[in-house]
Amino acid sequence: MKIIVAIKQVPERDARIRIDSAGKWIALEDIEFRMNESDAYALEEALLLREAHGGEVVVLSAGPERVGQTIREALAKGADRGIHIVSDALSGYDALGVASLMAAAIRDEAADLILTGLQSDDLGLGQTGVILAELLGICHASLILKIEKSDSGIRVLRELEDGWFQHIDMSTPALLTIQSGNTKLRYATLMGIKKAKTKDLRVVEAAALGVSATPCVLLDSVALPSRQKTTQMLTGTPAEAAAKLVEKLQQEVRVL
Amino acid sequence: MSTVLVFLEAKSGVPTRISLEAFAAAAQLAASSGAQLAAAMVGSASGPGFALLGGASQIFALEHLLLEHYTADGYTAAYAQLIARVQPDYVLFPHTYEVRDFAPRLATRLGRVLISDVTGFQASAGQILFMRQLFQGKLNGHYHAASPAPCLISVQAGAFRADAPAATSVPAATFAPELEASAIRTQPGEPFRAAAQTVDLASAPLLVSVGRGIKDEANIPLVQELATALGAELAASRPICDAGWLPMERQVGSSGQTVAPKLYLAVGISGAIQHLVGMKGSQCVVAINKDENAPIFEIADYGIVGDLFEVVPALTAAVRKAKG
Ligand SMILES: Cc1cc2nc3c(=O)[nH]c(=O)nc-3n(C[C@H](O)[C@H](O)[C@H](O)COP(=O)(O)OP(=O)(O)OC[C@H]3O[C@@H](n4cnc5c(N)ncnc54)[C@H](O)[C@@H]3O)c2cc1C
Ligand SMILES: Nc1ncnc2c1ncn2[C@@H]1O[C@H](COP(=O)(O)O)[C@@H](O)[C@H]1O
Repeated sequence: MKIIVAIKQVPERDARIRIDSAGKWIALEDIEFRMNESDAYALEEALLLREAHGGEVVVLSAGPERVGQTIREALAKGADRGIHIVSDALSGYDALGVASLMAAAIRDEAADLILTGLQSDDLGLGQTGVILAELLGICHASLILKIEKSDSGIRVLRELEDGWFQHIDMSTPALLTIQSGNTKLRYATLMGIKKAKTKDLRVVEAAALGVSATPCVLLDSVALPSRQKTTQMLTGTPAEAAAKLVEKLQQEVRVL
Repeated sequence: MSTVLVFLEAKSGVPTRISLEAFAAAAQLAASSGAQLAAAMVGSASGPGFALLGGASQIFALEHLLLEHYTADGYTAAYAQLIARVQPDYVLFPHTYEVRDFAPRLATRLGRVLISDVTGFQASAGQILFMRQLFQGKLNGHYHAASPAPCLISVQAGAFRADAPAATSVPAATFAPELEASAIRTQPGEPFRAAAQTVDLASAPLLVSVGRGIKDEANIPLVQELATALGAELAASRPICDAGWLPMERQVGSSGQTVAPKLYLAVGISGAIQHLVGMKGSQCVVAINKDENAPIFEIADYGIVGDLFEVVPALTAAVRKAKG
């Protein structure tokens, strides 16, 4: 099986959110980046499938130069090769634009399976994978926890709302968007990190892919959320704050 | 006259709550842009749910054998045909797992991009700005559509208030899309539940809920002690259950339990929307978090900004003392 995994580099989860001077995005100086959480699970599923059935795992990422580091991390974990769509102006594309770049870069690969994360931790669109499936003309399933090979293709486990699940049978080629948390993630070994340096990493300029950057949807500005409720902040040392809270629980909430 | 078209989901024939919220959002959008409201739902036109869509001037019942079980291919094809017929300026959806699954495909087929998970909108300088969350609720973004109609939008759970369903005198018109069984490439199985529930979080009056701020399985007893002191049940955010530190039946949120206790004490939980939808109805929310900007504080009644490893033991001691 040839599996392509789309991995996105996003700011670290606990990164301090400050708005940039143009008010259009967060300030990226001093920010550490990492692989998007659900993408790490998508990569893990791909590696498990390859270990069980053979084949090749190719990682794909679009973004500026620094994204190369996240691709190397995936190679160190065991992916066979990488494709980097280089662009310093990815924010000028909407989700259709980004997916179009990805489609153009991988169309000739004719992969059996394409995995993406369920949603990115920064934009949180939850769309890029599904759009990519439509652009490539292949079927898809989203919110997938588990993938098994079957006689006619694959059988996947899909998460539904409120603790329900279902199985879906589908043919390949297919695209799946992977939900976080179903397996334990592996760490890169020292050996893996060494090997990663010699693995094939194809670099493609976004501009060379012939994709229009005219977006359908534009992000005009960003803002810190305002509180909907008036939250009473209880201050002081931990002991003081705790004492204040106990008083509230006794006298106002009346649960003590 | 331009049209706002809203697609609803039904359970046992009646529109779900989040669908009625999307319906309310669509009605607002129609009113603010002088458009008429059209609504569509899968089902038979004589079904009870279609009589509850008061305010819509056109109601469509999408009926086809191949729509009985949800598939992305079936829904995408059917909805694309109805959109071609109605020619709406805006198409609204509730942001459900089904909508997440097919709406981006539908938008792509129409050459558009869905504005997903919208929490509000406002008219500004002749265009409509749509708000949605970024960074799991730590930031808000304002978007506008730069392409010609239709503009597709999905609406976040709880963002709009659903009015009580009103009776309608507009009869639902059956819309039978042309669908081919061979064009449906996935075979969905019957939904099932994972494990039997042994704790009933929904009926617990007090909940202490723990999130990833707890850092390690070995630290769980810290919050267990607080729960015991309070006489509360222990609940958790998803990553805690994914990691196996607590069983999945204790997970609160869109893919777990929905709870509404008298007290919900969130410890080291950031407040992502998928968590909030499961506990927003709590009578009193208390949050302990080291990040003063954590979204959980937006809905908390009381907040303590601090290190849970200091605050929680202090609180356990104070509760024990108060209880004598
Ligand atoms: C389709 C879908 C369904 C989902 N379903 C659910 C669901 O049902 N339930 C659910 O909970 N999530 C669900 N999620 C995941 C959700 O989006 C969030 O990722 C998750 O809720 C985050 O959990 P958390 O708040 O525990 O962790 P984080 O977001 O990592 O937050 C940890 C918090 O702890 C704080 N913290 C860290 N250290 C300390 C300390 N020492 N003292 C005090 N505070 C500290 C941090 O400031 C941070 O705010 C779902 C996601 C998707 C996409
Ligand atoms: N720039 C990118 N490079 C690689 N993969 C991406 C990129 N943007 C989005 N994706 C993939 O699409 C998924 C969904 O992203 P989103 O639609 O932004 O929520 C992510 O989890 C990634 O797998």
